[in-house]
Amino acid sequence: MYTEKVMDHFMNPRNMGEITQASGVGTVGNAKCGDIMRIFLEIKDGIIEDVKFKTFGCGAAVATSSMATELVKGKSIQEAMTITNKAVAEALDGLPPVKMHCSLLAEEALHAALYDYATKNNIVIDGLEAPKADIHEGEEVEDEE
Amino acid sequence: MENKIYLDHAATTPTKPAVVEAMLPYFTESFGNASSVYELSNNNRKAIANAREIVAKAINAKDDEIYFTSGGTEADNWAIKGIAEAYRAKGKHIITSQIEHHAVLHTCEYLEKHGYEVTYLPVDEFGRIRIEDLQNAIKDTTTLITIMFANNEIGTVQNIKEIGDLARANKIIFHTDAVQAFMQEDIDVVDMNIDALSISAHKIYGPKGVGAMYLRKGVKIGAFMHGGAQERHRRAGTENVPGIVGLGKAIEIASSDMNEKNARQRRLRDRLIDELLEKIPYARLNGHRTERLSNNANISFRFIEGEALLILLDMNGVCGSSGSACTSGSLDPSHVLLAIGLPHEIAHGSLRLTVGDSTTDEDIDKVLEVVPGVVERLRQMSPLYEDFLKNGSKE
Repeated sequence: MYTEKVMDHFMNPRNMGEITQASGVGTVGNAKCGDIMRIFLEIKDGIIEDVKFKTFGCGAAVATSSMATELVKGKSIQEAMTITNKAVAEALDGLPPVKMHCSLLAEEALHAALYDYATKNNIVIDGLEAPKADIHEGEEVEDEE
Repeated sequence: MENKIYLDHAATTPTKPAVVEAMLPYFTESFGNASSVYELSNNNRKAIANAREIVAKAINAKDDEIYFTSGGTEADNWAIKGIAEAYRAKGKHIITSQIEHHAVLHTCEYLEKHGYEVTYLPVDEFGRIRIEDLQNAIKDTTTLITIMFANNEIGTVQNIKEIGDLARANKIIFHTDAVQAFMQEDIDVVDMNIDALSISAHKIYGPKGVGAMYLRKGVKIGAFMHGGAQERHRRAGTENVPGIVGLGKAIEIASSDMNEKNARQRRLRDRLIDELLEKIPYARLNGHRTERLSNNANISFRFIEGEALLILLDMNGVCGSSGSACTSGSLDPSHVLLAIGLPHEIAHGSLRLTVGDSTTDEDIDKVLEVVPGVVERLRQMSPLYEDFLKNGSKE
């Protein structure tokens, strides 16, 4: 059900771990729905020099976290802001429809970490809003009937 | 399947070669429609009658109380809808449990949309209903109690006789979904006061697409399929003769050594449960420790998610199952695990391993070697585990 790229990023996750003195940390999702993603950023002079993640979730959740960290590493904050959940899913050669919310989680985790950085440093990042309390709020649950 | 360790026998089982062999002549040689008058069809009528006798004997029923269906799901649908409808003049209240298979739960929900009232009994932490809850739920309008014999996810076996006795004393029809329990638990429909029961062939090394419903003589039910006169005018459609023969053969094989097989499965199951719990911290057994199916081990590992666990196990050649949301096609984890009181995040990290005829001690050794490493690997990735280690066990 998963593409080779998803399987590769799940089996060999890139940038898994934590940064102890991170410039920004963002955690999104909730255990109720079965996935929580945490992204750590190390930012110097507006550049994301290092990034790590930890994820509680399914194969797709781990793979999207891994891919999202790859996409933002070495990028400027503004460049990182342009990375969407679609871009993460496309970079993985697609996700099954029921797993698209995982890619949204990766985008949200990244934005939450950037927001944490901005708050700590008292700066404003264009287009960045405070993270939602629950990533799944408002998401449609499939009706079986 | 070479080198794969298949521990998902509750999902389905491989059809035994002897069963396939028994079925084969009914495709090409003895292919006659059992309803036809010529000689060619006589043999098929006999084959169906023989299989019916085998099914009846396995549960202490009479031959004419057995109806062949397309499987367990059809048997559940038919029994519940058919009985509810046949007795609607008496009342429209049904009692079931929160941990039923979806074939029962969704059928009950369907009836609710059509004017019936359904009580979903809660279960205790081990997955057993409390008889006093059942007693209290009974109303004048209750016509049907449908409670599963044994649960497909956590393996818990209900006290079926106690339920049957209570139903009979209150003149309420009692149906039980015995799809998982059949050929693992002793079933006696007379002694246990069971009025209707569902079974399936593919859970007992028979073919997929065939099952049976037992309905005690005298219990009213409407036809499920309308058409020809098959199954005493109650289930129309040309009989699936090879499938029916396969079901009979599978029962014949399974009942020849049921006790030995159960003892063997129980020993392998206990190795899985005891040794996994011993090797892996922050793990718990789901379901009852002793009142459980001989083939079922269901364990939750905290801080990790079930689908990720299944993929890594598959990579290591182990086929299992989980009650996580990601394996259920929704955002909620298994309704069974929630009903026994597990918090969502622990329910997401469940692993069900069900042993079977082909399972060996070497298989269990391999699983016990693989699972701890896989769990640890996912925990290292988990922010929940990180928080737990930092904050201690205050949660």
